[in-house]
Amino acid sequence: MSIKKIHKEQPETFKFSDKSMEAANKIVSNYPDGKQQSAVMALLYIAQRQNDNWIPLQAMKYIAKFLDMPYIKVYEVATFYSMYNLSPVGKYFFQVCTTTPCMLRGAYDLVKVCKNKISEKENVLSSDGKISWMEVECLGACVNAPMMQVNEDYYEDLNDKKLEEIIETIYQNKIPKPGSYSGRINAEPVNNRKTLLGNKNA
Amino acid sequence: MLKDEDRIFQNLYNDNGADIESAKLRNDWNGTKEILEKGREWIINEVKSSELRGRGGAGFPTGLKWSFAPKEVGSRPHYLVINADESEPGTCKDRDILRFEPHKLIEGCLIASYAVNAHKCYIYIRGEYFNEGQKLQTAIDEAYQNNLIGKNALNSGWDLDIYIHYGAGAYICGEETALLESLEGKKGQPRLKPPFPALIGLYGCPTIINNVETVAAVPTILRRGAKWFSSLGRPKNTGTKIYCISGNVNNPCNVEEEMGIPLKELIETHAGGVVGGWDNLKAVIPGGSSMPMLPKEICDNMKMDFDACVENKTGLGTAGIVVINNDQDIIKCMARIARFYKHESCGQCTPCREGSGWMWRMLERMAAGEATPDEVDMLFDVTKQIEGHTICAFGEGSSWPVQGLIRHFKDEILERNKFDPVVKKQKNIPYLVDQHLLEKDNA
Repeated sequence: MSIKKIHKEQPETFKFSDKSMEAANKIVSNYPDGKQQSAVMALLYIAQRQNDNWIPLQAMKYIAKFLDMPYIKVYEVATFYSMYNLSPVGKYFFQVCTTTPCMLRGAYDLVKVCKNKISEKENVLSSDGKISWMEVECLGACVNAPMMQVNEDYYEDLNDKKLEEIIETIYQNKIPKPGSYSGRINAEPVNNRKTLLGNKNA
Repeated sequence: MLKDEDRIFQNLYNDNGADIESAKLRNDWNGTKEILEKGREWIINEVKSSELRGRGGAGFPTGLKWSFAPKEVGSRPHYLVINADESEPGTCKDRDILRFEPHKLIEGCLIASYAVNAHKCYIYIRGEYFNEGQKLQTAIDEAYQNNLIGKNALNSGWDLDIYIHYGAGAYICGEETALLESLEGKKGQPRLKPPFPALIGLYGCPTIINNVETVAAVPTILRRGAKWFSSLGRPKNTGTKIYCISGNVNNPCNVEEEMGIPLKELIETHAGGVVGGWDNLKAVIPGGSSMPMLPKEICDNMKMDFDACVENKTGLGTAGIVVINNDQDIIKCMARIARFYKHESCGQCTPCREGSGWMWRMLERMAAGEATPDEVDMLFDVTKQIEGHTICAFGEGSSWPVQGLIRHFKDEILERNKFDPVVKKQKNIPYLVDQHLLEKDNA
């Protein structure tokens, strides 16, 4: 379910940009001397961000050298964790949660919309190449179900109509507002709040 | 219902903002230095007598855990690790603490690290919570600027550095030893215990690992006193807890309530009741997807705390309550949970790696009515082969909910799966042979 197929067309070289390099050095300094291997997960993120949201094999080799660890160990980490994309994804990467709490509130309606509006299959780019989508496991916003993540933002309390609007907005090159789409604030009960009322009115 | 002033997380819904000024208005960082000056012994004893139990799922007494850390720092430094890898389906409490009450967490980190002699604290946040992590980082920066943490924090003579480490979408990293492996830059595969992390943990050094909610509750407990905390709830199940109520309820929400609140009251008062009324209730998963579900008869009178849940053969877990009503297909719900576990198994132990897939495929067939009656017992047998035969508790986490389904809804499964494909071939089913075809291309 995660994109663990290695992409066929790999770039020949990979190098951290100055900005990435600065971020990487800062991360490495968070860990004790000699334990720089701890930074591998963060560095893979940095590489992924720099390379249009996917990690080429050259980046793993580069990181292995950077942290003075075997290439296979970096490869192991990159293939173990589901958030590292080893093939290109859309500029807007939709991750629809379909685990039970979301499923109970209609997550599969969202999947249907994605199939109609983006692409029939998971991890296939939309016709204009901007969006791709996939089903993911619990994203940890269950009281705001059904929900999905687009790149780093959560879109909560959705239904099929609202998702269609979001997709349309993105096709028009605008980024829709993240957060709840049912008009409530964060994880409070809609129109039924009975606690911390003093704060609310303050 | 719990009085508002007894709620620890006053900013659960972000009415007042999460920055340091607003946090101080909520009493955060008030008298922290005085608390530290009372000494390690006092802090640990106070947490012990408050009977605070870990909020991450297992419910281990926090004070006891802290007392396992070696009293003197030897050649190896101590570490404090905060588990913010919240991935249990049905649970989303830590997310709200990270984004709206970060200063409670940071203050808790300072007190806990002092109590366990740690100068470094790592907060392991799941990768999907990137925005929440950024908010926490802002709060950490604020705390550094105000000398609340860092060198000689609060002029108490104690140094503390807090770092955030992002996970990358692996549920198993919520298991404490897998989390440590992940922090060390490896695959998140759990370690054998013993040795326990309190003696040999991160980089082989003594490490105390606590859940976000546990640590964030500590400053308030110490300020208001262990007596106050233990006056809520009942002995061994004291204090307050954030409950996440999701699924088929009218107003799904997070709410902080007293331990031991009746499940029915919780759902009816705060979550606006079950969709279609209480009588439309089918089952409730009381503590995140790893805990066995309960049918309506038990839910009617059930109390929500650690021991009451155990009496009913389930567990409080993370208090992620998933409500399922009669409009849902209960077997399908369970099959989806089994698919979650199949996807998230780390692959280290064979019973779990293979068994989680078996359970998923059998449940999918049972949901579709394509299984034989014998297979229900076979499925139960499979769960028993997984449980207790794995390195970590994932084996229990994946097999208990299936056992719960069979325990309470066996009749319903049998009702749907009556035929015997070997004797009377009624349907053409790729029985036992082509199961792998059910899997997706990328699975």
